[in-house]
Amino acid sequence: MKVRVKMFAMLREKSGGSEFELELPTTATVGDAISILRGKFPGIADLLPRAATAVNFVVADGATALREGDELALLPPVSGG
Amino acid sequence: MDALQDLVELRGSALDVAGILQWALDAEAGGVALFLGTTRSEKKGTVELTALEYEAYPQMAVTQMKQLAALARSRWPLRKVAIVHRTGRVAVGEPSVAIAVSAPHRGQAFEACRFLIDSLKKDVAVWKKEVWGDGSATWSAERERRD
Repeated sequence: MKVRVKMFAMLREKSGGSEFELELPTTATVGDAISILRGKFPGIADLLPRAATAVNFVVADGATALREGDELALLPPVSGG
Repeated sequence: MDALQDLVELRGSALDVAGILQWALDAEAGGVALFLGTTRSEKKGTVELTALEYEAYPQMAVTQMKQLAALARSRWPLRKVAIVHRTGRVAVGEPSVAIAVSAPHRGQAFEACRFLIDSLKKDVAVWKKEVWGDGSATWSAERERRD
């Protein structure tokens, strides 16, 4: 299945792109996707432990199941205001 | 009588603070509390901060800000709630976020306004990058804990 991946702030810059499609096994969880992304983008490995995730704009965790067409976002610690 | 209303927005250009404040006025309110977050000047040695650059995850940030407005309404009997956050470059001294709350009594307005800015800084999907006079730029790695 394909999911859309979005990264923000320093994750976006260090991965070299903000938005792309990722091919995953149909049973993949958010945690599985993160493992694949860690391999694909070694430059963000040190940032991933502190990154939050969201699936379809709702905060998710490693166990959250992914489905075809989902939007998975990787969010560094927020710093708005 | 006006319906209870929220004004929740991300804006890519200068905030119309007077307009937001005017919008928050309400005949049923005894006061309006306004908070502006502004870019504070900083120095690293001789290099000065020129601006903060804000990036948002728009769909998520707007949803989160609407949820915060709803949560504030569940705690205080608020009339108008405005939460407007900048994206893009915000020069030193300029506002990056405006929160305006009207309520029957001032205590409610102050408390809700404080709750909204504190929660926004902690939870909402917005990030800022520091842009310095020497051309360097660094992401604010950690949200500020100072008040």
